[in-house]
Amino acid sequence: MRKPIGWSTIIIAVLVAVSAGLVWRRDGADGVLDILTHDLSLFSGILPRVLAGCLLGAFISEILPHEKVSRSLGPKSGLMGLLIGTAFGAILPGGPFTAYPVASALLAVGADFGATIAMVVSWTLIGYGRAVAWEIPIMGTDFTLWRIVISLPLPVLAGALGRFVYVRLYPKPLAKDDEN
Amino acid sequence: MSAALLIDILLWGSVLGVGLIAFRRGPAVFMASLREGSMDFINIVPRIALGVIGSGYIAAIIPQEVITGWLGPDSGWLGVATAVVAGAATPGGPVIGFSIGTVALKSGGGMPQVVAYVVAWALFAFQRVILWEIPFMPARFVWFRCAVSVPFPFVAAAIAMVIGKP
Repeated sequence: MRKPIGWSTIIIAVLVAVSAGLVWRRDGADGVLDILTHDLSLFSGILPRVLAGCLLGAFISEILPHEKVSRSLGPKSGLMGLLIGTAFGAILPGGPFTAYPVASALLAVGADFGATIAMVVSWTLIGYGRAVAWEIPIMGTDFTLWRIVISLPLPVLAGALGRFVYVRLYPKPLAKDDEN
Repeated sequence: MSAALLIDILLWGSVLGVGLIAFRRGPAVFMASLREGSMDFINIVPRIALGVIGSGYIAAIIPQEVITGWLGPDSGWLGVATAVVAGAATPGGPVIGFSIGTVALKSGGGMPQVVAYVVAWALFAFQRVILWEIPFMPARFVWFRCAVSVPFPFVAAAIAMVIGKP
C-alpha cells in the first residue's frame, strides 16, 4: 500500500476544502457542522470494516503463492488471466472494504494492471453483491439481469485495454519481467 | 440492519479463515501479517477519514435534481455522454444511484442512456473512488483504471442499442 500523503490525497483535500467553503457560504457554520457530525458517525461505523479489510489484504498477500499468482494473473497470463480476474471479481463476497484490499494484495504478489482491472471492473459491474442487495429491489429484476448481460464482456475488454496501454506507457517494468 | 450484520459476519469470518491459514504456516508468518495489516490500517485511516468527511461536503454541493435533470429524455450519443458524466458525479451510495436510474426510466429516459448511467456510476462514482479505491489501492492504479474504463459505458450503451430492451 501507499504512503499516507500523495498527490491524490492533496487533490482530494483541496476539493474537500473548496466544497466545505461553498457549504459554509450557503448554509453557514451550522451546515458545515451538521455534515461533519453526520460523517463522523458514519466514519466511526465503518472503521471496524476498514480494519477487517486491511487484515484480509495482509493475510491474503502472505498466504497466496506468489509464483502461481504471477503466472495466472501476471503480465503474460493472456486472455486466461483476464478471465480468471473477471471470475474472481464476480464471485468475491463483501463490499468495497473487501474488494479493494484484495485487489491491492493481488497487485502486490504479482498480478498485473490488466488482470487487476478486470477483477475490479467485474466486481463492480457483474458482482452479485450490489445487484442482489440494491439493484434488483430498486430497478427491478428485468433491468438488472439485462444490464448484467450487457456488462458481461466489459471486464475482459477493460483489462485487455489496460494491458495494451500499460505496456506502451511503462515498457521498462515489463522488460525487467522478461529477464526473470 | 440484518444485512449489515450478515456482511460483518462474512467479513470477519473471511479474516478469521485466511488468518487461520496464515497461522498454520507458522506463528511468525501470522504475526508478520497481523503487524502488516495493522500498519496498513493506521496509514489508511486518515485517508478514509478525509474520504468520508470530505465526500459529504462534495455531495452537499451537488444537488440531486441536477443529476436527475442530466438524465432527461435526451436521446442519442449526447444523451449517453451526459449520462456518463451524471453517473460519475452522483453523490451517495447505491440507493441514490439506482433510484436516480429508476426515476430516469420512468420519466422517459432512453434505455441505452440509463444503462450508460448505471455502468458509469458503477465504474466512476466519485464517492466510492475517493472513499475506498484511492485509500486502499496504489493511486497510479486507480487513475489508470478510471482512464481505461472511460470507453465502457459507451460500449454498454451501444450494446443496449443493438440488442434492444429487456
